[in-house]
Amino acid sequence: MKRLKSPRKLGRWLLLGAASALLLTGCSPQQFSVLNPAGPVASSELQLIILSGVLVLVVVAFVIVLLAFIVGRYREKPNNNAPYTPEWSESRSLEIIWWAIPIVIVVVLGIFTGIKTFSLTRPPEATSNPMIVQVQSLDWKWLFQYPGQKIATLNYLEIPTGQPIEFVLTSNAPMNSFWIPQLGGMEMTMPGMQMRLWLQADKTGVYEGRGANFTGTGFAHMTFNVKAVPMATFTQWVSQVQSSKPALTNAEYQTLVKPGLAGVKEYSSYPANLFMKVVMKDNGGQKPMGLNGGM
Amino acid sequence: MSGVQQFLSHFFITGPFEIGGDVSIGLVSIAILFILTRYKLWGWLWREWLTSVDHKKIGIMYLLAALLMLFRGGVDALMIRTQLAIPGNSFLQAEHYDQIFTTHGTIMILFMAMPFIFAMMNIVVPLQIGARDVAFPYLNAISFWLFFFGAMLLNISFVIGGSPDAGWVNYPPLAELRFSPGPGDNFYLLSIMISGIGSVATGINFLVTILKMRAPGMTLMRMPMFSWAILATCIDIIFAFPALTIALGLEFMDRMFGAHFFTVSGGGNPMMYVNLFWMWGHPEVYIVILPAFGIFSEIVPTFARKKLFGYTAMVTSLLLIAIISYFVWLHHFFTMGAGADVNTFFAIASMFVAIPTGVKVFNWLFTMYRGRIRTTIPMLWFLAFVPNFAIGGATGVMLAAAPADYQYHNSYFLVAHFHQVLIGGVVYGMLAGMYYWWPKMFGILLEEKWAKWGYWFFNIGFYVCFMPQYPLGLMGMTRRMYTYPAGMGWTTLNQISTVGAFIMGLGFIFIVWGIVTSILHPVKDTTGDPWDARTLEWSLPSPAPHYNFARIPQIEGRDAWWAMKQKGLTKLDDSTPIVPIHMPKSSGKPFIMGVLFFVAGFGFVFNWFILAALGMVGVVILLFSRSFEYDTDYYVPVDEVKHTEALYGRS
Repeated sequence: MKRLKSPRKLGRWLLLGAASALLLTGCSPQQFSVLNPAGPVASSELQLIILSGVLVLVVVAFVIVLLAFIVGRYREKPNNNAPYTPEWSESRSLEIIWWAIPIVIVVVLGIFTGIKTFSLTRPPEATSNPMIVQVQSLDWKWLFQYPGQKIATLNYLEIPTGQPIEFVLTSNAPMNSFWIPQLGGMEMTMPGMQMRLWLQADKTGVYEGRGANFTGTGFAHMTFNVKAVPMATFTQWVSQVQSSKPALTNAEYQTLVKPGLAGVKEYSSYPANLFMKVVMKDNGGQKPMGLNGGM
Repeated sequence: MSGVQQFLSHFFITGPFEIGGDVSIGLVSIAILFILTRYKLWGWLWREWLTSVDHKKIGIMYLLAALLMLFRGGVDALMIRTQLAIPGNSFLQAEHYDQIFTTHGTIMILFMAMPFIFAMMNIVVPLQIGARDVAFPYLNAISFWLFFFGAMLLNISFVIGGSPDAGWVNYPPLAELRFSPGPGDNFYLLSIMISGIGSVATGINFLVTILKMRAPGMTLMRMPMFSWAILATCIDIIFAFPALTIALGLEFMDRMFGAHFFTVSGGGNPMMYVNLFWMWGHPEVYIVILPAFGIFSEIVPTFARKKLFGYTAMVTSLLLIAIISYFVWLHHFFTMGAGADVNTFFAIASMFVAIPTGVKVFNWLFTMYRGRIRTTIPMLWFLAFVPNFAIGGATGVMLAAAPADYQYHNSYFLVAHFHQVLIGGVVYGMLAGMYYWWPKMFGILLEEKWAKWGYWFFNIGFYVCFMPQYPLGLMGMTRRMYTYPAGMGWTTLNQISTVGAFIMGLGFIFIVWGIVTSILHPVKDTTGDPWDARTLEWSLPSPAPHYNFARIPQIEGRDAWWAMKQKGLTKLDDSTPIVPIHMPKSSGKPFIMGVLFFVAGFGFVFNWFILAALGMVGVVILLFSRSFEYDTDYYVPVDEVKHTEALYGRS
């Protein structure tokens, strides 16, 4: 403790710490859901994560090395014969360099960010026949309606692979956020508004989904599984739900709206116009807002 | 009878933690009352502190409050981390956990970071620009007492009525009556509105002080960098805080009087709240970080024994950050469905903040380059700040890339990022400032042994605590979850993080212990300039006399005190005659006004409108009585000034 450990040493300790921390966790790389995309949206976002990560890592590494060098060389100690220029405080050329480099980085990153932001509002693949899933966040459950298939599910999603899906989101409770990390980033569910989010699964599998915006005591339990299956299996599942599951009645919907937890359920049908009624009800009966164009 | 019982059981919260809180509050209060009475300190407390309008004393009170709140917020943090150490933990229930992370965030931002920066600006700015006090000393005292009683109002919710639990951002509809009945959320609204009045007043006060009260010859471009940083901060405070006041005021009307500004079912729109909140919320981030930048800009030249590199660029970058900060608020909700055009604008604007910030880092580094670096405690905190803030800033740029943010938003990646910039930036900066100016505040030096232990524990603890949270975010863990199941791969990283939090807690204890031992075994700062520093405050004895400067110095360049020392002076020029010094009188009214606001706030919290009205009427009466008070200032006679100066060995 007597003398300062040089930042270089500190850095070495940190690297060691980070590496051993990751080893100790014993968690498989698959558990890094954001880094394991299963569809084009998540892949596209991961590209930007990696690009921005690499760009900033270069700067951070440079700053830490420079700090270590300067502190090592210019410490006040006897017989330090490094140059000492107490009045030197201006250098046009140096300052131009460190104004210019971050500007270049920001411009590069900004261009990619802009392109990606616009592309993510469109379906990930050209499709003549997009599938729609209407999502409602409730206290504290997720209700999914499939208007094309006329079925509904609770706390569970089944989707076909290779099919762009447009999720239309609203909330009949405090605002939440709909997030399936392996398929792509999140979008908020807002009462009185319809938000849109394109996602697509390319690989079959079961992916974790969750609510990402705090909504009260049951919030931590608002998780759901997303099962991605080939189109044939999906069609089979739909007809099985249509033929063998109960309908979602208005009465049952009203119980779902009440705060509480619930398990997984499948419904062969749901009350007509349920989704739009929810959007309109919470909007004072006015025209719904937020059709993907802001307020 | 049962009605009374029911009322009492809602009024006084009874759980194991709350009863613990009751007991400790009771014991501490009794101890304070005992000491004050036993040593006959009541008069001293009232005359010297509670009624003081001296910026130095107000600054010290802010500092004390900030450290206390750092403790309270830190205990909250440790409870959060304890709960998350084990999957499916039952240490805290959801209701409790929600309250604790809400008060943790609210306290750390509004009742720890804010008073800490106010402490630094109060203690330093007038001394640094050659002024005898701030422009409006009485208003300054009001600011402090409104902050103090606002903070007390929030803290009392822990044992009376129940803490707020809708998150520190308090978004409707969750924070509206339908989803958050009970007084908890009212505590949040009232406490922040009350202390917010004080914050705006402080912003105005210091803006005027800096613009109008600089010593002759100190042009803006000769002003020390900390004062520049406070000028930029004040601009942000004045234009940002009204947005918060409006947002909270409207939410208050929704909850209190059934208005529908943000309740969707009544045609209101919660997006309005979110926008207003972050129009304040993002500048607020710079309100707390710019003073830290200012502090580092004083510490680095002093301990590198070298002129600050690129003064003009430092000023430019400060002002650029202050201005850009108004054009980035939407990045707090990229995922709320604004169009791609809007998101792109705010993404790129947010990245732009990195440019002036990066410039500042390089200028600090090149201030040390070809200097002679002394690794004192304040300098150590700076050296720890650089890598920490570089990483935090870098992840900030990553978050600013809107499409990538869709994957980070509300995850532990975000939690790690903002703790890294707020702790690594603001807390490190304020601690550095506290160590740096401590001799000036109290006239004693701080010891170094425990300070170093605290430094290393806090620093290492920081990385152990927060580095695991980045990967946790990439594994899909979201913030504000009171529990998580096993088998997600989150357990070990959470456990490491918890260990780190407790290491930081130990670091805090060492820091406080260092302060306590320094006070118990004081080493006097006899020179007034223990660091061989550069700016005007170090020309004064420590602690500075209540009128600061016996004679207002004439300033001829930057680093005014350093320039005088280069000319061979060891104290300020004392060849001119001393004239009587015009000073403000102490007043008990600011304190009483704080009490009245507290009473009114407490009344509003419980919808006891008669009590609220009584408090507000009291406030109005005080305002009137002050308006007709003419005996508010006095002159310190020349003899008294000479006598005081002689005590410091000066003439």
